[in-house]
Amino acid sequence: MTSSLTVQNLSVRFRLPGATVHAVSDACFEVRRGECLALVGESGCGKSVMAHALMGLLPANATVAGSAWLRTEGAPPLDLLAAPEKVLARTVRGRRIGLVPQSPAAHLTPVRTARAQLAEALRELGNPASADELAARAGLDPAQLDRYPHQLSGGMAQRVVNAIALAGDPWLIVADEPTSGLDRPLVEATMTELRRLADDGRAVLLITHDLRAAERVADHIAVMYAGRVVSLAPAEEFFAGPRHPYAAGLLEALPSRGFVPIPGRPPELTDLPSGCAFRPRCDRSTAACSHLPEPGPVACHHPLEHHVAR
Amino acid sequence: MLRADGITVAYGRQRVLRAADLTVAPGVVTGLAGPSGCGKSTLARVLALLRRPDAGRLTVDGTEVRRWRHRASRDLRTRVALIFQQPRLAVDPRLTLREIAEEPFHATGRPVEDLADEVGLTPELLVRRPHEVSDGQLQRACVARALALRPRYVICDEMTTMLDASTQAHLVARLEAYRRETGAGVLAITHDEELLTRWTEPSGGPTVRMT
Ligand SMILES: Nc1ncnc2c1ncn2[C@@H]1O[C@H](COP(=O)(O)OP(=O)(O)OP(=O)(O)O)[C@@H](O)[C@H]1O
Ligand code: SF4
Ligand SMILES: [Mg+2]
Repeated sequence: MTSSLTVQNLSVRFRLPGATVHAVSDACFEVRRGECLALVGESGCGKSVMAHALMGLLPANATVAGSAWLRTEGAPPLDLLAAPEKVLARTVRGRRIGLVPQSPAAHLTPVRTARAQLAEALRELGNPASADELAARAGLDPAQLDRYPHQLSGGMAQRVVNAIALAGDPWLIVADEPTSGLDRPLVEATMTELRRLADDGRAVLLITHDLRAAERVADHIAVMYAGRVVSLAPAEEFFAGPRHPYAAGLLEALPSRGFVPIPGRPPELTDLPSGCAFRPRCDRSTAACSHLPEPGPVACHHPLEHHVAR
Repeated sequence: MLRADGITVAYGRQRVLRAADLTVAPGVVTGLAGPSGCGKSTLARVLALLRRPDAGRLTVDGTEVRRWRHRASRDLRTRVALIFQQPRLAVDPRLTLREIAEEPFHATGRPVEDLADEVGLTPELLVRRPHEVSDGQLQRACVARALALRPRYVICDEMTTMLDASTQAHLVARLEAYRRETGAGVLAITHDEELLTRWTEPSGGPTVRMT
């Protein structure tokens, strides 16, 4: 059995005074060792919440439904959504799943040097490697480890948290926007690193808004809209021509393409339209779209047709 | 003109800027590019009067800046707005998005709803606090806040690196609309060459490269 993570009908709701946020709805996908799946989507569509749900890191006002089976060789399968916090803390976080967080600077303790924080992660996870070795693997100059977080540039802070995520040698890496704030050469380097982790037999769940970065590393692309996975396709097929109208709009917004925003704005997750949530912004919508499209590789009543590429 | 001459900044013994010069002209988008860690964000903070340089001169429309941070005059301070790369570090976590966006007004100016609407924030998001919204939603609030006081210069420090392509295109379009409407000068700091080209081209502004 290869280790894998299978997410089925994952839903997350947040209770707010007088409202419920439908942050993630019925999400399904799978990643296995040796593969990289990229989860892309507009700001606020639920990508980070999904990552936090898998790690058991949601705040108290959240409720979760569905299942997320983590199958690790040599261990009984574990439903991450049902596992007690103690189990997640002792056996999952850092050891089976490493989280590379979004907003790295906000995740580092301001009063301690990068070295102290790396060393602590290594100690906690019982890894005999030194902070310097770990740092070097993440592309950091060990001389920079004596700085405090506010003295690190965005890119350096990112590499510190990347290094911390690898401290316990996890087989699944969940990377939430690992390249935000990095310049292009560093984005390339980080992508190369993630690809290497996948080629070495780890599984990588890459959460990113950066479609070009996703194109560099991912085997499969999942697109989220308003908390749902609306498109799931092999990367090559996706970039040759996405079939979901929303996915097509996202690609067309790139500076290297049209640089035009998708008209309208993302829906309020407290008050979703019935049927397809993209309906108010979609130029292909018809009466049929007031019914929720079947979940699947293209959750749409009127997908785009593409000429077979090449 | 917003002009920095010979700006030098050190953190402890670490010198991050060495006699850097930069001019941001009104009416155009000036691009600033350079590798990670080369001091772009430090220069941005100096330009926004948030950090006194160890050497060098900053002038805002001909007036030399002699006091920094909260000690700078209100007039000078509000002439330059800074939008950060990491919105989470730029806001008070106890405030709601509405309070963040209207903080600089103190009960004057336009209704915050209009500004929020222009940056694509829906009313239901305005009552939430930073930990209850996504990074992109928080950045939209920060853009609304930055434009609230109608600054002459807007420094965008990797403003969209956390954002998806559509939100990026939307916020850049919002800043372009503001520039055309008010003749403000914009400094676009980004390491994304394609974005830099698309953003600076319409106004024909220069691009400065740091090493
Ligand atoms: N603690 C919370 N309480 C209520 N709503 C929340 C909470 N945390 C997140 N949300 C909402 O859940 C939705 C999904 O947020 P999430 O952070 O997953 O977005 P994202 O896709 O990661 O966006 P970005 O690309 O901007 O980081 C958003 O609408 C957000 O406002
Ligand atoms: S289901 Fe209808 S509204 Fe939704 S994306 Fe497809 S065509 Fe557009
Ligand atoms: Mg996020």
